[in-house]
Amino acid sequence: MISKSRLIEIRWHGRGGQGAVTSAELVAQAAISEGKYAQAFPSFGPERRGAPVLAFVRIDSQQPIKIRAEIAQPDIVVVLDPGLLSIVNVASGLKENGIVIMNTKKSFQDVGATLKAKCRLAKVDATTIAREVLGVPITNTTMVGALIKASGVVELESLVEPLQNRFGRLAERNINAMKKAYEDTEVKE
Amino acid sequence: MAKRVGIEVSLAIAEAAKLANTDVVAAYPITPQTHIVEHLAKLVADGELDAAYIPVESEHSAMSACLGASATGARTFTATAGQGLELMHEVLYVASSMQLPIVMAVANRALSSPLSVWGDHSDVMAVRDTGWIQIFVENGQEAVDNVLCAFRIGEDPKVLLPVMVHLDGFYLSHVIEPVLFPEQSLVDKFIPPYKYPMPLHPDKPVTMGAFGPPIIYTETKKAQEVNLRASKEVILQCWAEFGKTFKRHYSPIESYRTEGAKVLLLTMGSFSETAMTAIDRMREKGKEVGLVRIRLWRPFPFEEFRQAVSNAETIVVVDRALSFGGPVGPVCSEVRSALYDEKQKPKVVSFVAGLGGRDITPAGFEEIVNRGIEISQKGSENEFEIFGVRG
Repeated sequence: MISKSRLIEIRWHGRGGQGAVTSAELVAQAAISEGKYAQAFPSFGPERRGAPVLAFVRIDSQQPIKIRAEIAQPDIVVVLDPGLLSIVNVASGLKENGIVIMNTKKSFQDVGATLKAKCRLAKVDATTIAREVLGVPITNTTMVGALIKASGVVELESLVEPLQNRFGRLAERNINAMKKAYEDTEVKE
Repeated sequence: MAKRVGIEVSLAIAEAAKLANTDVVAAYPITPQTHIVEHLAKLVADGELDAAYIPVESEHSAMSACLGASATGARTFTATAGQGLELMHEVLYVASSMQLPIVMAVANRALSSPLSVWGDHSDVMAVRDTGWIQIFVENGQEAVDNVLCAFRIGEDPKVLLPVMVHLDGFYLSHVIEPVLFPEQSLVDKFIPPYKYPMPLHPDKPVTMGAFGPPIIYTETKKAQEVNLRASKEVILQCWAEFGKTFKRHYSPIESYRTEGAKVLLLTMGSFSETAMTAIDRMREKGKEVGLVRIRLWRPFPFEEFRQAVSNAETIVVVDRALSFGGPVGPVCSEVRSALYDEKQKPKVVSFVAGLGGRDITPAGFEEIVNRGIEISQKGSENEFEIFGVRG
């Protein structure tokens, strides 16, 4: 469990169209609804569908966040697309004792071998969950469940309202996908 | 009760324009400002804001439509950025000269070429002398608060001037963060109904922006200059009143941990927050440095500025725009000018950084301050330095 008393920086890796930015926003809104301070923002660029993209979240339970720059040294990295692992160094700049949370079907051993970084790992097969629960392989809300299980940065329940506001009638399925991922996520210390 | 919401700053600004009961919005979308007017269009379409939304074909037309709307006595809001602000340029002077209190949010953006949608202050500096009141904000809350203040200031019968609220493109416009929305009833009390003294009306024709031959032009310009300078009193009163009502306080120049500091960092806009983190870290290391931020860019608050830096030996100014072939960064020029006649002048060191969306990290600000101290002691062969530039 990551300490709740300091600034936590989360970097999301996804592909354009997979909803990394939305995940970041939802998590920040959940944190803010818990009375915390948070900021979420995309990596600003001419992103195209399918190209690697970044999104960022900072959460501080104590004080307003006074940094306006991309996150180069995250505490937590969330990877929405397993294919990114071979083209992007997702663990770049990860803090000591940081954690990488992967959407993958692979074993911890295989993921660890590809990552080539000394860090904690968490994994879940988010693509399968998203296909089964949402009917589409969009893993952003599913991976929010994995993030919460692996880090406890916010409470699962705090996501319900942001998801409802964002997805309306589709919210329930997204909530279910998130909860299923929360249950299925494995963490390797 | 004020409501605390996690919201994108652009949307929060649109909500502020709604809280202010804006009557007319005329706008053209441009990154990174688009979400502001997009959300306003939605609020109007959904019937949540009883306003006329005029979609136009360019920013030149947007500001022209705002002129007409404001002249009839309608509370008028728009937003733009970068190239859009440049395309408005000639109309901006008309708005201030005709004393039309339009409020405009500017999501500060770099200028082409090369094409850059990212943030810096190039667009702001190009409109510096257009006669608008110009306020910088550092976060979403300040953006909301100052959009509300902008209406009250601009529409004050003693002022009647247009107001720009500058927020850094992307660094603020695209960030989700906590914002407290004040209660509608308090906002209604805070911003009295807009009563333009001589509105355009078919039953009572008036001429606005008439021909100004040499015999009158200088006098009108002097009147305009006197009026803009005098607006500072109303701005101060407005912020004081805002502080009383909403418990958040604003000043033309704001200081952060300047106690005992001989070295001051000077910034304007959202990077000031990152600079605060840098100051905290330097203070932890025992360095006596502080931060001074400019909130009111026009009218420039000379008195408050001189007061804020009166004990400094060195001021390190970070500009986010270039004055090509000029002396130093544009903010630094003002700072030097403001101090020229002082008996005890600090050394003023100029840096340009953060152009076209280049991040300045806390470590970057520390480096700038350290380099600034070195330059103030040993001098430099350059008028200013561009921080972090390669090659």
